[in-house]
Amino acid sequence: MNDLRELYQETILDHYRQPRNFSRPAHANCMASGHNPLCGDQLKLYLQLEDGIIRNAGFEGSGCAISTASASLLTETIKGKSKAQALDLMSRFQDMVTGHAPSADMGKLAALAGVCEFPQRVKCATLAWHTMKAALEDEHEAVTTE
Amino acid sequence: MSRSEHEPVRNHMPPAELIGDDFLVLLWRNDFPILQVTVHGVPLAYLDNAATTQKPLSVIDAENHYYRNNNANVHRGIHALSQRATDAFEAARVKVQHLINAASANEIIFVRGTTEAINLVAQSYGRSFFKAGDEIIVSGMEHHSNIVPWQILCEQTGAVLRIIPVNHSGELEFEAYNRLFNQHTRLVAVTHVSNALGTVNPVRAMIDLAHIRGVPVLLDGAQAIAHMPVDVQGLDCDFYAFSGHKLYGPTGIGVLYAKSALLDIMPPYQGGGDMIRSVSFDGTVYNSIPYKFEAGTPNIAGAIGLGAAVDYLSNIGFDKVIRHEQALLSYATQSVMRVPGVRIIGNALEKTGILSFVLEGVHPHDIGSILDLQGVAIRAGHHCAMPLMKHFGLSATARASFGLYNTKDEVDKLVAAIFHVKEVFGV
Repeated sequence: MNDLRELYQETILDHYRQPRNFSRPAHANCMASGHNPLCGDQLKLYLQLEDGIIRNAGFEGSGCAISTASASLLTETIKGKSKAQALDLMSRFQDMVTGHAPSADMGKLAALAGVCEFPQRVKCATLAWHTMKAALEDEHEAVTTE
Repeated sequence: MSRSEHEPVRNHMPPAELIGDDFLVLLWRNDFPILQVTVHGVPLAYLDNAATTQKPLSVIDAENHYYRNNNANVHRGIHALSQRATDAFEAARVKVQHLINAASANEIIFVRGTTEAINLVAQSYGRSFFKAGDEIIVSGMEHHSNIVPWQILCEQTGAVLRIIPVNHSGELEFEAYNRLFNQHTRLVAVTHVSNALGTVNPVRAMIDLAHIRGVPVLLDGAQAIAHMPVDVQGLDCDFYAFSGHKLYGPTGIGVLYAKSALLDIMPPYQGGGDMIRSVSFDGTVYNSIPYKFEAGTPNIAGAIGLGAAVDYLSNIGFDKVIRHEQALLSYATQSVMRVPGVRIIGNALEKTGILSFVLEGVHPHDIGSILDLQGVAIRAGHHCAMPLMKHFGLSATARASFGLYNTKDEVDKLVAAIFHVKEVFGV
């Protein structure tokens, strides 16, 4: 059951039970929806982007432990990063969960490294990141705060 | 219960205290080589039979035997192998005819599976005879395969779908069904058994109600065919669709049954190959049924494998299969219900061996992954029935589904594994 402990580390379960930034930030100006049609997971990711820097991030939705924890950790990690840094992090995160690169220098995100042993769960882990990319690349379609 | 001569006989004789059905199940298990495999270092408990069933050795051998000894194209060769292949292919058609009690083997069309069968009816029958404003009745518990082909047809013709509602137990609301009919109703397309809930629909009464109004009925038999005797003449259904791979047969082969009177008036679905009698550039004369609907070289090995699966199941007998699967469902329902935090979705009075459930505080995908590591294979997701999941306010369920070879021991493993999920998640 070592694999299982690897997949469901305490960090993952903690972020699943108490997701961080689980709300829509007041000054969000970028938003995208993510959906994993295989399992029905749904996610809305909100970003406050100013001068190319992600000032704030939040999300809403429902999903499994892996997708929820991934979204929670993402919002914690990308605050203060530039758009380019966030996209670079996404690329390294994908490499980590697909087993193409080690999890060094990934900080808290390394908690999701165990996903690489579970190919069927990679989509769960990357859903929030794909949603972030969509939000960043479509920034002029700003969400209203009404 | 056939067994290959090449295979060493596994001597898994049950203990003396096992009698009756438990003994039979252990014998049946010996017919399925894959049940001996391990996953993640533990024995496999395969509880995903609604997705696909495992194959007995007789089915595996039938395909193997065909490719080793008889492989040739059907209906066109003048040599011995072609004759053998044709004979075996047509013999399989007759086996299927007898399985579902069709009036004639010409009413058995070999297709890739349930999905293709339904698409065939939508595109051939529906597209020829439906017009804008016509209505097709489907139910709220349909698999996407029995929704989307009709939606495509609606876009093409301007026909519209009417939906039979589902109640909180996961049963169709019969009175509401009755009220959906009007002078525009052209077809009822409904599942015989729900793949997500196990509900057995009252299809005989539903067909009677439709026929009183002159409306034909298509049954999606994907989840029924391996778990109960199907008598298409007794039911008087107009179309019946099913897949081989849910009947202990190969993937990529399935059947559309239709009354010959309907098949005769339906235009071909695809062109080429066996569906042609003669072609000139002035026009083509189509072959007679069933060949009119079997364009191209068919899945010959698949059909032969399906014939072997029909033989396998017929030799066991549905009376024994039903008794065992019902006992297993009842045992599993009671066992799983005792796990705190578990809620079973779908409590119809008439059910086959499908147990859909949710566990408070844990997403079905996480349940599926943790069960898998303990060798318990289930499905987690929306089971291609998203409208039904929406009805229950869920995005997904965990689903254990039983076949004839499943045992109470495997149900116990399932329950122990669910308790382990609770431990991991601290719920």
